[in-house]
Amino acid sequence: MGEKVLISGNEAIAEAAVQAGCRFFFGYPITPQNKIPEYMSKRLPQVGGCFVQAESEIAAIYMVFGAAGAGARVMTSSSSPGISLKMEGISYIAGAELPCVIVNVMRGGPGLGGILPSQSDYFQATKGGGHGDYRLLVLAPSTVQEAVDLIMDAFDLADKYRNPVMVLADGYIGQMMEPVEFKKSPPPELPPKNWAITGAKGRPRNLIKTLYLNPVELEKHNLKLQQKYLEMAKNEVRVENYMTEDAEIIIAAYGTTARITKTAIKILREKGINAGLVRPITLFPFPYSTFKEIAEKVDNILVVEMNMGQMLEDVKIGVCGRAEIHFYGRTGGMVPSYDEIAVQAEKIVKEEAI
Amino acid sequence: MLVKVFERPKSMFPVTTHYCPGCGHGIIHRLLAEVIDELGIIERVAGIAPVGCSVLIYNYINCDMYEAAHGRAPAIATGCKRVHPDLIVFTYQGDGDLASIGTAEIIHAAARGENITVLFVNNAIYGMTGGQMAPTTIIGQKTTTSPNGRAPGREGYPVRVAEMLATLEGAAYIARVAVHKPKYIIAAKKALRKAFETQINGLGFSLVEFLSQCPTNWGMSPQKAVDWVEEKMIPCYPLGEFKTPETKKTVEEA
Repeated sequence: MGEKVLISGNEAIAEAAVQAGCRFFFGYPITPQNKIPEYMSKRLPQVGGCFVQAESEIAAIYMVFGAAGAGARVMTSSSSPGISLKMEGISYIAGAELPCVIVNVMRGGPGLGGILPSQSDYFQATKGGGHGDYRLLVLAPSTVQEAVDLIMDAFDLADKYRNPVMVLADGYIGQMMEPVEFKKSPPPELPPKNWAITGAKGRPRNLIKTLYLNPVELEKHNLKLQQKYLEMAKNEVRVENYMTEDAEIIIAAYGTTARITKTAIKILREKGINAGLVRPITLFPFPYSTFKEIAEKVDNILVVEMNMGQMLEDVKIGVCGRAEIHFYGRTGGMVPSYDEIAVQAEKIVKEEAI
Repeated sequence: MLVKVFERPKSMFPVTTHYCPGCGHGIIHRLLAEVIDELGIIERVAGIAPVGCSVLIYNYINCDMYEAAHGRAPAIATGCKRVHPDLIVFTYQGDGDLASIGTAEIIHAAARGENITVLFVNNAIYGMTGGQMAPTTIIGQKTTTSPNGRAPGREGYPVRVAEMLATLEGAAYIARVAVHKPKYIIAAKKALRKAFETQINGLGFSLVEFLSQCPTNWGMSPQKAVDWVEEKMIPCYPLGEFKTPETKKTVEEA
């Protein structure tokens, strides 16, 4: 066991990135993630890295493009409205196949919305957001410790697939303080970055681009990207099954909502209702097969999110009519309590009994 | 004995460009390649291509290159230069790219004093999309989106990038040149070399604005376009050095 430190989620995310070898950070202030750039501005110069406060979210993501293209481990972070602004650059980064980590500490929307926790950027993160047929690898932590672990993995995954990885947190994860251990695992074997911009010395020049005027070439490029996404779906799905073995009802939730759901499950079980949780950790690739399997065993699945039903659609795809799907969502910065979730689940089980 | 007095710069691929007859891009590309050759920096150059006619500059200049999104080249250059301070980083941008959609990026790259070199090609029109009004379209100039000629009351005024950026403390070398006649081309090359030397010496942000001809979208013959640069563009966009590392201080005081 290593040493545990009490630290806020935002600062833990920043420190985890540094320990994962991130030396460049470009960002723009926005609540509730400001501790990340603040921490980086102090920390990166200590390890020979560089922090730049960009003039805009757009400039920040293109600084990431430049640094990622130059072969560096690089990160940016923002919150919902800021992530919307970055979407153009994220599309270019995905198209150019550059590895980087993007953290979204989600707040309520649409528009300026609010500054309290939300999960309403699920569609944006997993279904595109920017233009073109691309995907991000999306990781959703439900504790500060998991945020640390996933950030460290995110850099390896980005390098492995030459793809942007998004860590989708929310205002709770970002601002809550928890004891955390920074576990440095040996880095996996990763492909060399022989495509990077380093100056064409002793090699043919490198070119990082997204323009393919010939449709035959652009289709080929897209098929190559799709192949990569299929590989991710094959190798990278992560999901937690919590007390699902004997469950009569399954609650599906991720991030902060999943954490609250665990307490709801305890309450339900005390009442004699065997509830379980399926918690997707990767939102793309989504654990469709887990939901397919679980739908064979239970009649009812309750999806709980801090939005009006976004992951709900992926659960429906996985379940494919094999079980009843119910939804409970709070939005706008309102967080569901464990009692609310338990009441919803209990209602479903009791109605079923009638 | 035969002596070769003129040859293709080594940094240029031996290919024909896609530019229209009379376009200024080919001349500016060549000046860039000549300066890179003369400074002997080809193995440590990173270029950033814009969106616009010159997006394909990487088909002509044989160095490591990125292709940027519209207007974002200075931000990409920033990311690259911060990772590799020893690389010589340049962006090549047109007027729509730099002075319209990328105004924030260019101003703040200059304000930060990013140690990069910008080649800004001002031909007063959008070329690749077919001749729409640019931020640098001059008063009275007809374009496909200012069909009655740019009128200040309707379309506002042209943006003078060199003068504007020269007010920033982070800018070390700012010049405006033209490429429509040999004597101007010689002066343009000198300015471009000075801009790259500014970066090599670590003095800060450098930019050369090139007034360039676009006969196709101006609806003129190449010869008439040359005259138009002389008669219409230069009076609106005076040539010269607006800031040099030597004058940096006096400009700041002014």
